[in-house]
Amino acid sequence: MHGNLFRRAFGSAMTGLTYAAAVLAILPLAAVLAMLIVKGAGSINWDFFVKSAVPLGESGGGFAHAIVGTLIVVSLACAVGLPIGIGTGVFLAEFGSGRTGFVVRFVADVLNGVPSIVIGIFAWTWLVKPMGHFSALAGGCALGMILVPITARTTEEMVRLVPNSLREAALALGYPRWRAALQVVVRTAAGGILTGCLVAVARVAGETAPLLFTALGNEFFSTRLTGPMAALPLQVYVYALGPYEEWHRQAWAGALVLIMLVLAISLIARAVVRAKRQRA
Amino acid sequence: MTDLSAAILEPELTPRSTAEARWRALRTVSRGDVVFRAVLTVLALLLPFLLLMIAVELVSNAMPAVSKFGFGFLTHSTWDPVRGEFGALPLIFGTLYSSVVALVIAVPLALACAIFLTEFAPRWLRAPVATLIELLAAVPSVIYGLWGIFVLIPLLRDHLWKVARPVLGHLPLFSGVFYGPSYLAAGVILSVMILPYIAAVSREVLLAVPADQREAGLALGATRWETVWGVVLPYGRAGIIGAVILGLGRALGETMAVTMVIGNRHEVAASLLQPGYTIAAAIANEFAEAVSDMHLSALFLAGAVLFLITVVVNALARVLVWRVARGSAVGSTAV
Repeated sequence: MHGNLFRRAFGSAMTGLTYAAAVLAILPLAAVLAMLIVKGAGSINWDFFVKSAVPLGESGGGFAHAIVGTLIVVSLACAVGLPIGIGTGVFLAEFGSGRTGFVVRFVADVLNGVPSIVIGIFAWTWLVKPMGHFSALAGGCALGMILVPITARTTEEMVRLVPNSLREAALALGYPRWRAALQVVVRTAAGGILTGCLVAVARVAGETAPLLFTALGNEFFSTRLTGPMAALPLQVYVYALGPYEEWHRQAWAGALVLIMLVLAISLIARAVVRAKRQRA
Repeated sequence: MTDLSAAILEPELTPRSTAEARWRALRTVSRGDVVFRAVLTVLALLLPFLLLMIAVELVSNAMPAVSKFGFGFLTHSTWDPVRGEFGALPLIFGTLYSSVVALVIAVPLALACAIFLTEFAPRWLRAPVATLIELLAAVPSVIYGLWGIFVLIPLLRDHLWKVARPVLGHLPLFSGVFYGPSYLAAGVILSVMILPYIAAVSREVLLAVPADQREAGLALGATRWETVWGVVLPYGRAGIIGAVILGLGRALGETMAVTMVIGNRHEVAASLLQPGYTIAAAIANEFAEAVSDMHLSALFLAGAVLFLITVVVNALARVLVWRVARGSAVGSTAV
């Protein structure tokens, strides 16, 4: 009996430790968010969204150039990465049972683990070096390359969730395979695919490393795709490492805007995915 | 498709000739199907092509450094862009060291979280806590870096180290003056960043453990903890190791947050409190303003080393996780 008591107490203690671990794991999230609000919220005003950076010494100024830059670069990334990623995902789900499917799936997972800084220098060799200058276009392509493997795997998963009976029903009605796949299967999975893409986009929107030698960053407002362009994470990085108090203040504000953007996208996406999975 | 058609066309009920005609109609693939499959195949094959091209570009750009330094690149510690001498030992050491520190902190916590989420948490708590842990992965690296500089480093240096120094100060692992930016700061930040990945994949692995394994454990008189420790974890061992290696892969390649807190010093130091450098951080800092072609080539070579390590690590992790959850997308999505 004595041994049993010890075993039960030990079990309870370990169970308690897993509770503590869960709390400890979430603590940094809470700490980061709290700090961002405490240090950043005070600096967010109308000017922050409509003005660009001002020269040193002048006060005020904002992150308009960086916010617009991020929107442009991420849109470019979507234009490059999403069609390839979604197409690959549909391929994996529809024709992915053979050797090609196995290889592509494996490569997608390996690519997903390639450090984004390596993708950045690769984009530099293909898009910056030949053109002779840094450009938003190169930044968009670098982020797009990161989107591809993530969206491919989420799309595959979502398409696989579609019940086979739907596919069979479409084929039985005389649909050719491609129409069954596109008009019935992919359409049914469209919500899930979209949210998977949103999660991926949220992740690349916060990426800094691949932009360092592609989009480079820009102190001025620019919408020229072939020139250097600012981006929120880049601007936060530069300001955080800078020596000026004013820059630090703006870095916190920029980080707050960035995380609101990222968390909003991924929370919406997650809510839809969860609803979808429960129905499936 | 064949068994489906067989089910629909009952040979006894249909006249033989029509049945044959329909079979033929089903077998001839429509032109649309050919195009559809071809387009998707081309898109899918872009991925292996991309991986191959990354490898080719890294290696070809690194060739000048390879022919000049050879294996010495991996074992020398001098990094002098002005004299054109490059040895990446401090970078490689720092990359591995900071990642190992991150694993030491993150693995027990992440595993405990996964166990909590699959075994012990009340049902209503599971989804919200899982989401919160996953959101840790959604926070951009640069924000962790910002937080690391202005919150974590002062906290470690001015508070925790003050308390811990009398106890730990005489250990070689904690020798030297602690200025803040260090392997320790990088390791702690990295552990926060990789915890959600390890936790999410381990959770999927534990969920894949059949319920009858647990029931068998409980039926033998084990407590719930003993069942988890003695039955569930060993059953998912390969997948959990895969999850840990996946986290290692993330830590090795993580750039921004590490660059901001590790101190960026080209030296090898055993003490956790000393500043160091990682491959990714060196590329981030030096690539855009490389002073010579050899400097650039050395950075490419360092990048190639990092690429090789992460590809091997991820491939290994993938094989291990797939063994548990065969071919599924566990751990490959954006979390």
